[in-house]
Amino acid sequence: MHPASIQGEKMEVAYYPGCTLKTNAKDFEETAIKVFELIGIEFKELDKWYCCGTVYSLATDNLMYRLAGIRNLIRAKEEGYEKLLTLCSICYNTLKQANLMAKSDKEAMEKINAFMDEEPDYDGSVDVIHPLQLIDKKFYEIKERVKKPLNKKYAAYYGCLLLRPKEVAIDEYENPSIMERLIEAMGGEAINFPLKNECCGSYNVAVNREAVIERTYRIVLNAKKNGADGIITSCPLCHFNLQEMQKEVKKIHSDFSGLPVYYFTEIMAEAFGVKNEGR
Amino acid sequence: MARKDKKEEKLKMKMVRIYIMGKEYKVPEGLTIMKAMEYAGYRYIRGAGCRAGFCGACATVYRKEGEYKLNADLACQTTVEDGMYLVQLPFTPANKATYDVNKIKADDKTLVNFYPEIARCVSCNTCTKACPQELEVMDYIQSALRGDMKKTAELSFDCIQCGLCAMRCPAEIAHYHVAQLARRLYGKYLMPKAEHLEKRVNEIKRKRFDEEIGKMMKRNIEELRKMYNARDIEPEEEEEPKREGD
Ligand code: SF4
Ligand code: SF4
Ligand code: FES
Repeated sequence: MHPASIQGEKMEVAYYPGCTLKTNAKDFEETAIKVFELIGIEFKELDKWYCCGTVYSLATDNLMYRLAGIRNLIRAKEEGYEKLLTLCSICYNTLKQANLMAKSDKEAMEKINAFMDEEPDYDGSVDVIHPLQLIDKKFYEIKERVKKPLNKKYAAYYGCLLLRPKEVAIDEYENPSIMERLIEAMGGEAINFPLKNECCGSYNVAVNREAVIERTYRIVLNAKKNGADGIITSCPLCHFNLQEMQKEVKKIHSDFSGLPVYYFTEIMAEAFGVKNEGR
Repeated sequence: MARKDKKEEKLKMKMVRIYIMGKEYKVPEGLTIMKAMEYAGYRYIRGAGCRAGFCGACATVYRKEGEYKLNADLACQTTVEDGMYLVQLPFTPANKATYDVNKIKADDKTLVNFYPEIARCVSCNTCTKACPQELEVMDYIQSALRGDMKKTAELSFDCIQCGLCAMRCPAEIAHYHVAQLARRLYGKYLMPKAEHLEKRVNEIKRKRFDEEIGKMMKRNIEELRKMYNARDIEPEEEEEPKREGD
């Protein structure tokens, strides 16, 4: 028998996957769908969705790059949802900022609505959320689902996109703690990690690899010095940088020994005992 | 009909004004753009093929007086309207990737690797608005970007490669080439195999029909005609035939 609270409130939420979760970060999507279902949250993938444009699109004032974000929000609304959930930190940031613009920048929205004359005008009414924001609400469900307590030390890495600009932050933007609470709820230990909101270098990995290698070194070393056995993140690009660049770090710093990097949903799957199920 | 009547009828025929590359012509109402251009004295050397909406050779763009919309359509399928400004686009320059379909894999990244510019799509939807086949062009480019070969193949199935989407795209994507690669890969590697077809091909290879064909080759035309008329005809199905695996 499941404890009553698990049988309790079930919710469905509109889900925007983003391109990376369908390609390079399939593990993230698969584990996320599975573990959230176990705590009573079902992801309903939008029938139609478009590449969010990534944060790259936020680096310019050209409104053409904001169309994708708004169009996704229109699709969610059209399919009858008031909230739109997305896992990838980049998609979260881009869509959340698109909605922020829809609510606050009247002039830009007039242009966008006029340009998209085949779509209904968008009013900023779809709330973009990140699944980490549901953790507190589902705290007891999570605790009750744990089959194999983690018994390890984790560094919760937020990066910038879940926290900046502060209007889109999923938590205290200077000192977030949601992921720490998640780790502890599953019997792990969340280490003190001063560089948890330090930027990993993001898409600079394509143009300025050295900078990203250096950042990876600093961030991973900081986690390691504070006793971490692993790092968790919600961003496929942070995951890529922090994981893949460790090989490069080793070439420069021969004494560097590295740490594994996981999506937060992977350690949830581990704790729930469903890690390699159905794959 | 008497001569006089015919003349009168001609006089009654309603004419509309169209502008071909800026020059005004009066052409009879109800003609397609293609016929109207011929009526005006143009002769098609390129830019026309099937004249039936299948080949995609006759791409046309036009604007109507007093409207900001730039429309795109097929000249052989679209009727002229009064005050139409138009031009033909018989060809769209677009590079096609070269590949040997037997040697490449159908994975998440194949399409974006051959056509990296699809990552430049800003979801403006201009391509969809331009498509005379009313395909969801933006959606098939978006599914190509995320490696969804099946969806790209299905959404683009009716593409006639007219090039109008590519001519309008601000991201300079050659949509129809991307879609064609997706359909080839999907057909070759991902679609369930048609077993009955494979069976028949094997029968042909084992020369099961050779004797019959050999006999036919020796007959004269009269005999063939008789055979043709007396052949078994499968009854036409009333409704959509159910395919296996549907
Ligand atoms: S998808 Fe493009 S090339 Fe194909 S029919 Fe539509 S407009 Fe023409
Ligand atoms: S016209 Fe080009 S940029 Fe616009 S939606 Fe279509 S493919 Fe994307
Ligand atoms: S001539 Fe073939 S589609 Fe118009």
